[in-house]
Amino acid sequence: MNVFDSLGIALTALRANMLRSILTTLGIIIGVASVIVMVAVGTGARSEVDRQIASLGSNMLVVFPGSTRVGGRAGGAGTRLPLSERDMQALREKIPGVVAISGLLQGNGAIVYGNANWTTSLMGIHDQFNEVRDWAVIEGRGFTPNETRTAARVALVGKTVIDKVFNGADPIGATIRVLNVPFQVVGVLDSKGQNSFGRDQDDVVMIPMSAARGRIVGRSKLVNDNVGNIHVKFDAATDLAEAQAQMETLLRQRRSIKAGTEDDFNVRNLSEFMRARTSALTTMGWLLAATSAISLIVGGIGIMNIMLVSVTERTREIGLRMAVGGRRRDILMQFLVEAVALCLLGGLIGVTIGVATAAVVALSAQWPILIAPNAILMALGAAALTGVVFGFFPARRAAHLNPIDALRTE
Amino acid sequence: MDLSSRTDEMGAARSAPGLDARPLIEARGISKIYTVGEQTVRALDEVTLSIRLGEFVAIMGPSGSGKSTMMNLIGALDVPTRGAMELDGRNIAMLSSDALADLRNRTIGFVFQQFNLLPRTNALRQVMLPLLYAHPRPADADALARHRLEQVGLKDRMDHYPSQLSGGQQQRVAIARALVNNPKLLLADEPTGALDSKTSEEIMALFCKLNSEGITVVVVTHEPDVAEYAKRRVLFRDGRIVEDIAQPGFLGRAAE
Repeated sequence: MNVFDSLGIALTALRANMLRSILTTLGIIIGVASVIVMVAVGTGARSEVDRQIASLGSNMLVVFPGSTRVGGRAGGAGTRLPLSERDMQALREKIPGVVAISGLLQGNGAIVYGNANWTTSLMGIHDQFNEVRDWAVIEGRGFTPNETRTAARVALVGKTVIDKVFNGADPIGATIRVLNVPFQVVGVLDSKGQNSFGRDQDDVVMIPMSAARGRIVGRSKLVNDNVGNIHVKFDAATDLAEAQAQMETLLRQRRSIKAGTEDDFNVRNLSEFMRARTSALTTMGWLLAATSAISLIVGGIGIMNIMLVSVTERTREIGLRMAVGGRRRDILMQFLVEAVALCLLGGLIGVTIGVATAAVVALSAQWPILIAPNAILMALGAAALTGVVFGFFPARRAAHLNPIDALRTE
Repeated sequence: MDLSSRTDEMGAARSAPGLDARPLIEARGISKIYTVGEQTVRALDEVTLSIRLGEFVAIMGPSGSGKSTMMNLIGALDVPTRGAMELDGRNIAMLSSDALADLRNRTIGFVFQQFNLLPRTNALRQVMLPLLYAHPRPADADALARHRLEQVGLKDRMDHYPSQLSGGQQQRVAIARALVNNPKLLLADEPTGALDSKTSEEIMALFCKLNSEGITVVVVTHEPDVAEYAKRRVLFRDGRIVEDIAQPGFLGRAAE
């Protein structure tokens, strides 16, 4: 008797008890479905995070202005001494490995083109911003250092803005009014999609730092050359942790912070920050993995239970098979194959549900649907293994029945 | 192996003319002792029996006489506690579980009182079952099974399921299944116990016909009517053989 004969017998037996078979495999179905969802969500989330990290720009550190602390109450970012052009200049000159550096002032405001208007995100930047953030200008040109310095009325526009206000017209060279001041569009920004908070990064107009200062955000009372945050890009050989320490030391000196006092600024590695956020996803992944493992174990016990029932129900059949020449191995194989077939049936249903769930999750999170064939094979493998492990005991019991007693069973 | 001397020892008086001299079943002083709790039950007590190829033997006796135990030993489903039991020249006490399975597969065809057909399986596949367990597996299993179903008169019922067959037809399927691997021995346990008298007669006539074609038939029964068909009758009581007679006027002769 070979595996195919055993499979034929197993399928006949399973078909005879269709409802029971499917109910029995519920644990396997849930286990396999969660394996699929786990892997799909895990890889989808990871690829999304990778994309977001890439959209931030690589090898980059960001300096945020710090918060005041008065009597234990923290005042929030920006309530203390802002970062200035001079801070930026110092960083550019004194920190080794800097390839590009830019300030960033952010705000919102209305833009008008012809009779179309749109409220969008406004950014005040230095000329190197596009390089720092790996955010290319795909049409036209970026800002020149001179434009940044002289508050030139030039602008870069994102894809969403073009869709909303230009209505098919060529944006390059067009004049838009930003907060009621005319700016000439000189470049179109590459599309970046959504950021990690779901905000459309393409809904943006960038203008030179000097033109933005006092418009997007009010002029600081403390410095007249506020640059918002400072984004610094390093070459690939630079150790970012070391660079971060050097920047902190330099800024403490420049801003005369006494030893033992907190920094009034924050230097952050946003990629690290993003990766830390993925740890939540990893935790979710582990929870799902635990769910699958528990489901498969519970499902396996269900399989064992139903296989024991099946062996008891078919004791006479087993006796007959032994009488006509079935060896113990044949009987063992028959019931093991049946248990595995039952688990694989559950596995296939589980894969279907898992793939559907993963697709829904991916759609709602707007991730790419990533269902690796490996994950499906792995899940089915886990189901089959469950069948072997939990089917073995009932199958062994069947194989070791005494043929005489088995034949005599009513 | 010295077969002839053993035949002599087992009583040449019983040998009928025209039979092969080789014993197919040879039990020498076999005992089967069960221990039930504190008690020991002697199901078979020093039984000596020899059945040659081509015989038609009825094993009779009341319940508890040891006839079922004897049947299990003849069927290689069990081994004796003491004594030597040889089937087709092989001492079954010396065989492994796998070797016993192969011996049953090749040498013995079982027919049961309750037919023991598989549910949800058509007649043809029922009959093919022993061939699935054969080593080596015959390539023409399908043809062999069809041939045996024709032999028992079920040519038109090959794709019928047990639920679609009468009791007599089911037993015929079981007989075809017992015959499919071309065994030397057809071992029937109360084969007519679940059948009406007319069908019983047909089944017994079929056994007679098969025996006349050369197969050894052993029928275990408590019905004297059934035993009438056999050429030889062995009567058990309290674990011993109390009567072992040839029946010159057996009914089987009329069927021939």
